[in-house]
Amino acid sequence: MWQMFTGVARRELVSALRRRADVLNPLWFFMIVITLFPLGIGPEPALLARIAPGIVWVAALLSSLLALERLFRDDFIDGTLEQLMLMPCPLGVLVLAKVLAHWLLTGLPLLLLSPLVAVLLSLDMSTFMAVFWTLLLGTPVLSLLGGIGVALTVGIGKGGVLLSLLTLPLYIPVLIFATSAIEAASLGVAYNGQLAILAAQLVGSITLAPFAISAALRVSVN
Amino acid sequence: MWKWLHPYAKSEEAYRLAGLWLPWFAGFSLISFTIGLTWGLAFAPADYQQGDAFRIIYIHVPAAIMSMGAYSSMAVAAFIGLVWQVKTADMAVAAIAPVGAVFTFIALFTGAAWGKPMWGTWWVWDARLTSELILLFLYLGVIALYNAISDKILAGRAAGILALVGVINLPIIHYSVEWWNTLHQGATITKFAKPSISNDMLWPLLIMIFAFICFLGALTLMRLRNELLRRESHRPWVLKLAEEQDEI
Repeated sequence: MWQMFTGVARRELVSALRRRADVLNPLWFFMIVITLFPLGIGPEPALLARIAPGIVWVAALLSSLLALERLFRDDFIDGTLEQLMLMPCPLGVLVLAKVLAHWLLTGLPLLLLSPLVAVLLSLDMSTFMAVFWTLLLGTPVLSLLGGIGVALTVGIGKGGVLLSLLTLPLYIPVLIFATSAIEAASLGVAYNGQLAILAAQLVGSITLAPFAISAALRVSVN
Repeated sequence: MWKWLHPYAKSEEAYRLAGLWLPWFAGFSLISFTIGLTWGLAFAPADYQQGDAFRIIYIHVPAAIMSMGAYSSMAVAAFIGLVWQVKTADMAVAAIAPVGAVFTFIALFTGAAWGKPMWGTWWVWDARLTSELILLFLYLGVIALYNAISDKILAGRAAGILALVGVINLPIIHYSVEWWNTLHQGATITKFAKPSISNDMLWPLLIMIFAFICFLGALTLMRLRNELLRRESHRPWVLKLAEEQDEI
């Protein structure tokens, strides 16, 4: 089972690296959205630092949404998904491998970009650390919850808008706790509590989301 | 018990049973709406602080309670449909969703109309208002997904899965939003031992809640019957039914 898990994850990574634009575009999008905010509301560092948590996380939500379709769309179209379902391995495990690979390609790069974001939004060191930790714990949750939405809409021709309608309400708890952790950090208060809740959401969604995703895929591929 | 219950999952039986229950639900909701509305709007004493404006709770509170009740019954139906593969249960999900969405909207709208004179604003980003709004989004998601898939059997199942995901998420959303911000007044009638509302005001409220429950039931049954007919329109029992209607 472990072999199949790593096999699926590796295949995902290799095929994504062959088409780099798909991986890079959401990251560009993330940076562009963050650039738009200072242009829209003014460049004062104090103001930017005040609303930075919201900016970072709304940008992260939107770019994660943009990248989500990749998760199952191509495999659905060329029939790979059906083959995955026939593998002698619980579908949930394979789904988890796919989501993990997807996170490595979309969530992890956001972490690498976060220092740049900190510079752009004039964050201090402790706030930056909070941004880093919340992105580390929060973006996998986004990938997992989004996976449910993709799995449900993959069979529909133009599922893009529908996907965001289904997924964004589910993202709200992550948004709330991540931004409040960053805000606490910028005020110099301990934010372990918020991080613990984010971690709890991560554990919960790792446990439950694969089941929901595989049930949804079974419906969509039918 | 399964042997006893299972025939009712057949669409023909479900249609007949729904038709049997419908008049009861409709009748009870009509009666209790009449009593509750007259009592609540005309005879219950005015609030010493809010005056007559408080009377909106006779619509607002039952609608808010039943918006959540409808979601949980939708989730129960979705669970039955998913686990035991009962087609009728998936149809019930599709039948309840729009009713629940409208109840949610009523709760939000009456809340806003009450908030304007009381809080001085139509909308505040308070915890309960926000989670009610998110509940509306979840309902709309279920409806949109159901409408987007053309094969209605698959659509019902997909909507069911989404409803179940939503029901796991709802408490999380609710508490995270609550933690985020709170202004709404505390619940008035959760502690049934000693409610912080006077009896003259409480009774019409309870009657109105009962009315909304029956109303939800009646609307759901009506929509479920339509759904059954629409989906099974090629089946012999529906054709027979249509012929009988023609003769009359």
